[in-house]
Amino acid sequence: MTITDETPETVDGAARVRQRGDDAAVLRLSEAQAAAIGTDATTPDDDERVLLNMGPSHPSTHGVLRLMLEMEGETVIRSKPVVGYLHTGMEKQAEQLTFLQGCTNVTRMDYASPFFTELAFSLATEKLLDIEVPERAVWIRMLMSELNRISSHLLFMATNGMDLGAVSMMIYGWREREEVLRFFEKVTGLRMNHNYIRPGGVAADLPDGWKGEIEALLELLPPRLEEYDVLMTGQPIWRERLQGVGTLNTDEALALSATGPILRSTGYAWDLRRDQPYLAYDEVDFDVIVGTYGDCYDRYAIRLNEIRESMRIVEQILDKMPLGDYRVQDKKVTPPPRIRIDQSMEALIHHFKIFTEGFKVPEGEAYACVESPRGELGIYMVSDGSSTPYRMHVRGPSFINVQTMPHLMRESLIADAVAIISSVDPIMGEVDR
Amino acid sequence: MADGSYLKGFGVTFKKLFEDRVTGDYRGGKGLEKGKPDEKRPKADRLHGRHVLNRYEDGMEKCIGCELCAGVCPAKCIYVRGADNNPEAPTSPGERFGYVYEINYLRCIHCDLCVEACPTQAITESKLFEFSFTNRSDAIYTKNELLVGDDGKPQQLPWEDWRDGEDTMTSGWMRATSPAGDHRYEGVVHWAGELGYGLRDPETGQSAEANDDEGARPAASSVEHG
Ligand code: SF4
Ligand code: SF4
Repeated sequence: MTITDETPETVDGAARVRQRGDDAAVLRLSEAQAAAIGTDATTPDDDERVLLNMGPSHPSTHGVLRLMLEMEGETVIRSKPVVGYLHTGMEKQAEQLTFLQGCTNVTRMDYASPFFTELAFSLATEKLLDIEVPERAVWIRMLMSELNRISSHLLFMATNGMDLGAVSMMIYGWREREEVLRFFEKVTGLRMNHNYIRPGGVAADLPDGWKGEIEALLELLPPRLEEYDVLMTGQPIWRERLQGVGTLNTDEALALSATGPILRSTGYAWDLRRDQPYLAYDEVDFDVIVGTYGDCYDRYAIRLNEIRESMRIVEQILDKMPLGDYRVQDKKVTPPPRIRIDQSMEALIHHFKIFTEGFKVPEGEAYACVESPRGELGIYMVSDGSSTPYRMHVRGPSFINVQTMPHLMRESLIADAVAIISSVDPIMGEVDR
Repeated sequence: MADGSYLKGFGVTFKKLFEDRVTGDYRGGKGLEKGKPDEKRPKADRLHGRHVLNRYEDGMEKCIGCELCAGVCPAKCIYVRGADNNPEAPTSPGERFGYVYEINYLRCIHCDLCVEACPTQAITESKLFEFSFTNRSDAIYTKNELLVGDDGKPQQLPWEDWRDGEDTMTSGWMRATSPAGDHRYEGVVHWAGELGYGLRDPETGQSAEANDDEGARPAASSVEHG
């Protein structure tokens, strides 16, 4: 992150989040210590604090997040998120897969917004390769990213509603998300985990009739979002459950490296699309939505309005989508058109080489980051000159945002803990990866 | 809450009672009127389903046993062994053919890189995604299951539930990816004919778009295969 003049002082926040001991927000307790509590008769629990385990298989912990909560009555004092139940070694796995196959792996991390991980992976690889992708590929990538932001935030609307007891909202959110996924299916052949954005461009062009599909989608969504407003935004019950719950200020958010809607909800306008434009985001108009209070309600409202902003971007993309190639025409990176395999020996050799040993990427290191629906998603890639990454590291926004939970939950009721987990919107596939 | 605005929320849900349902009538075959099948959504043309092994219009198998598909598969779920063709009664045109061909569907992630890699369009994907196996060895599909029948259609396995026309859409992703990003090759047939269907149409590509808006299509729209 570049520090500008407006970057607020983080010293206070850092001191607060670093606090230790009984008054801190973070419960620093090992499994063994936790197990020993209560079994030892010589240390009676005289402070009336109770240790409560929530998860890993609790419906409102979004997958397999486990929280160790230290409770005093119904109030959460300290807490500790325990992660790793879904760890599958994807960063290590990336070292076994070629750069061509790599996207099939990374797309499975944040399964609610797969295009963003594919994009970050591709951008990092392209930096190392030092190639420029054709314009149409850039705009297709942008289109898919923004639609994915919509679908991901719709999923948030659904789960956030469900967590707070608005079960019909869950069904509406999934219903609208399905409409977006149906478009993805037409383009990539899959609803999720697409392997569509690849180093060098995108795998296939947009299908016939794509414009009509998107126009229909842009027509369908606004009235549905208005329904959400009636059902939730303006609801006194909804507001009471969320307003003032799980607050964080900018200092603390920065000290915790929180990004995305969590950071923006504190009033700090930080959006990589605007602040470090990638793809062609500097050619479209959109607003960065910020909150004021840094509470659950702000985070909800930011996401709802980001759906609207993304729709605005998609509209502009529809008008500006250029024609032309959609994969870099570099023989070493992109396989030849199918017909060339039969016509040219050289093309056949390239085809075989790319699909068996992959393409070689020059030695070096690169970091590429994108603004995913959850915050800054970065991929740091080291290549040793072979066709597989030497090391790939993911800066996952969900993983980093999970550490804000103890601070958001401090001194809140157990019932609000559910609202807070929901408003952080972690995707455990990416947290644990 | 005296203004009753929370009642408006109930209004939204109440209205839904009278709206069309977005879901179809799918009950897994149970409780439906006799003879009425479960309702399914039409499948996208490019959908990645279970694979099929294609044959040429004359009935010859397309697979040449080159193992490119096995090499590119990120899940390492394809096993191929090639063998020399019998010159009297060849199985495929050319020297070799796929003698053993197996895909393990417990591992396959349906990324369809195998489809993109296959130089002869032998392996493509069908629209069938309903798998059912009760043991591990049944999850491994062999040539018996994958090879298209004499009519060029995928073989219908006992548990597979098809709808009209689905069995004819078996190469959407192969056709969509075959220009490899070069716009000059869009809308052009790049593949060999298939048993039962002959040459499949390409997608129209950007030419349709170029006609309806005056977008600046780059020059060189004529295709030179040289
Ligand atoms: S679709 Fe992907 S995972 Fe499945 S067999 Fe083909 S290459 Fe392997
Ligand atoms: S299916 Fe295609 S890629 Fe695989 S062995 Fe046969 S010809 Fe080669």
